[in-house]
Amino acid sequence: MSAIAERVKQIIVEKLGVEESEVTPEANFQNDLGADSLDTVELIMEFEKEFNLSIPDDQAENIGTVGQAVAYLEENVK
Amino acid sequence: MSFKRVVITGMGALTPVGNDVPTFWSNLVAGVSGAAPITRFDAEKFRTRFACEVKGLDVTNYIPRQEARKMDPFTQYAVIAADEAMKDAGFDADTLDLDKAGVIWGSGIGGLKTFEEEVMNFSENGRTPRFNPFFIPKMIVDSASGVLSIRYGFRGPNFITVSACASATNALIDAFNYIKLGLMNVCISGGSEAAVTIAGVGGFNALKALSERNDSPETASRPYDKDRDGFVLGEGGAAIILEELEHAKARGAKIYAEMIGAGMSSDAYHITAPHPEGLGAYIVMKNAIENAGIKPEEIDYINTHGTSTPIGDPQEIKAIEKFFGEHAYDLNISSTKSMTGHLLGGAGAIEAAACIMAIKDQVVPPTINHFTDDPEINPRLKLTFNKAEKRRVNVALSNTFGFGGHNASVVFKKYED
Repeated sequence: MSAIAERVKQIIVEKLGVEESEVTPEANFQNDLGADSLDTVELIMEFEKEFNLSIPDDQAENIGTVGQAVAYLEENVK
Repeated sequence: MSFKRVVITGMGALTPVGNDVPTFWSNLVAGVSGAAPITRFDAEKFRTRFACEVKGLDVTNYIPRQEARKMDPFTQYAVIAADEAMKDAGFDADTLDLDKAGVIWGSGIGGLKTFEEEVMNFSENGRTPRFNPFFIPKMIVDSASGVLSIRYGFRGPNFITVSACASATNALIDAFNYIKLGLMNVCISGGSEAAVTIAGVGGFNALKALSERNDSPETASRPYDKDRDGFVLGEGGAAIILEELEHAKARGAKIYAEMIGAGMSSDAYHITAPHPEGLGAYIVMKNAIENAGIKPEEIDYINTHGTSTPIGDPQEIKAIEKFFGEHAYDLNISSTKSMTGHLLGGAGAIEAAACIMAIKDQVVPPTINHFTDDPEINPRLKLTFNKAEKRRVNVALSNTFGFGGHNASVVFKKYED
C-alpha cells in the first residue's frame, strides 16, 4: 500500500469511525462506510488539508470510493 | 375544553456539582461549590480565570465519538441529561405515541465553541473560506432539540426557546402549556449551555459581569453577601420530562411533582441591567402565582435568580418583599447559583430540578458563601445561608431573569391526586 493510501485510510477511519478492514479500495463512502453527503464533503476537505492541495468541486464529485480518492491523490499530490 | 394537568415523571442533570441527578442534588444539599480554575482553555490572560465547569466527563461514555464530534458541547450536554431523564421516566417504547411526544429545549447562546473554532480556523488559514460542513448544524441553537428528537423518535412539537438566562424556564413554560392544551402527552424539556469558552468568558468579562475573585474560586459566587462581585460562569444542563397527568397515571409512572403555573414578563427597561425596583421580577412572580391559581402564602420556597451581582440580587429581593408582604419572611429563599454558578440558558432547568427535589425530599438547599451581611438585604428574610434547611416544601417557585429584560418563573407543587 502506498504512503498516500495509508494516510487516506487513517483519515477515513478517524472521520467515519469504521474499522481499518472495512476501508477497501472498492468501499463506497456512502453505500459501504455509512457516510452521508456532509460526511463526504468533510472527507474531501480533510484530504485537501492533509495533502495540501485544492480539489475542485467537479473533481470531488467523482470521488465516491476509497480507491477513487487514492487514485486522484496519487495523481495530483506533488 | 378543560385544561390537562402536568406532572414531572423524569429528570436528568449534568452540572458543575454532579453528572447525574442524585449526585447533583446531594451536593446541593451538602453545600458543595462547583467552582475551580478554568480547564477548557488557557485563561491566563483573562480577568476571570475560574468557572463552574462540568467535571470528570468523558462524552464517549455516553455518545459514540463519531456522533459526538458532530455536536457542540451544549448539545452533548443535552443528550447526556436527556438520556438520564428518559431512563428515569421509563417509557414503554412499544406503546408511547411518538407523534404526541415533543422536545422543547432552552439555550441562551448555542454552539459558541463551534463558532469560535471555525472562525479562528478561517482567520489562521489566510482567511480562505474552508468551513466544515457540520459547522452550521452544530452551531445553531436549535440543534439540541433536533438531535434529541432524532435520538428518541419524538415527532411532536420541537423547538428551542431563547431568552438569555431565562431560556430553559421559557422552554418549561411552553412545554407545560402545550401539554395543558392537549397538544402533546409528553415532552423532554429543560436546557443546556456550554459557554465556558474564550468568547464566553471574554465577553462577560467585558461586561464586568463576572466575579474576579481568582484567589478563591469556591467562595466567589456569594449571592446576597455584601462583598459579592459578579456571577461565576457555569455550564451543563438538565432535562425535565413533563407528562400529562392521566397519561402518567395510566402507565403507572413515578410522579415527582406537579407543575401548576408559569409566568412571564419583561422589564422593558435596559438591555443588561435589571429594573432597579425589581418591577419585572414583581410582575413575573405575580403572573406565575395567579396562573397557578394559588395564594402567595402557599409558596414555601423560592429558588431565586440570585446571580451574585451587586445590582441584580437586591432588586429581586425587593420584588419578593413587595409581592409577598409579611409572607416574604416565612418562606425560604435560596440561590443554588452559589454552588453551581450561572448556567445562563441552562439555569432554569437545573433550578427547576432543584425545586422539584426540594419538594420530593422536603429540604431547602442552601445559599452558600455567606460571610458578611449586606445592609441592603433585610435580615428578616430566610435566605438559607450556608446550611440546608429541613422544612415543609409543598410549593416551590423558580425565578429566572435574562439579558434583554426577559423574566420567567415556574411553580411546582407536591403531587396530590
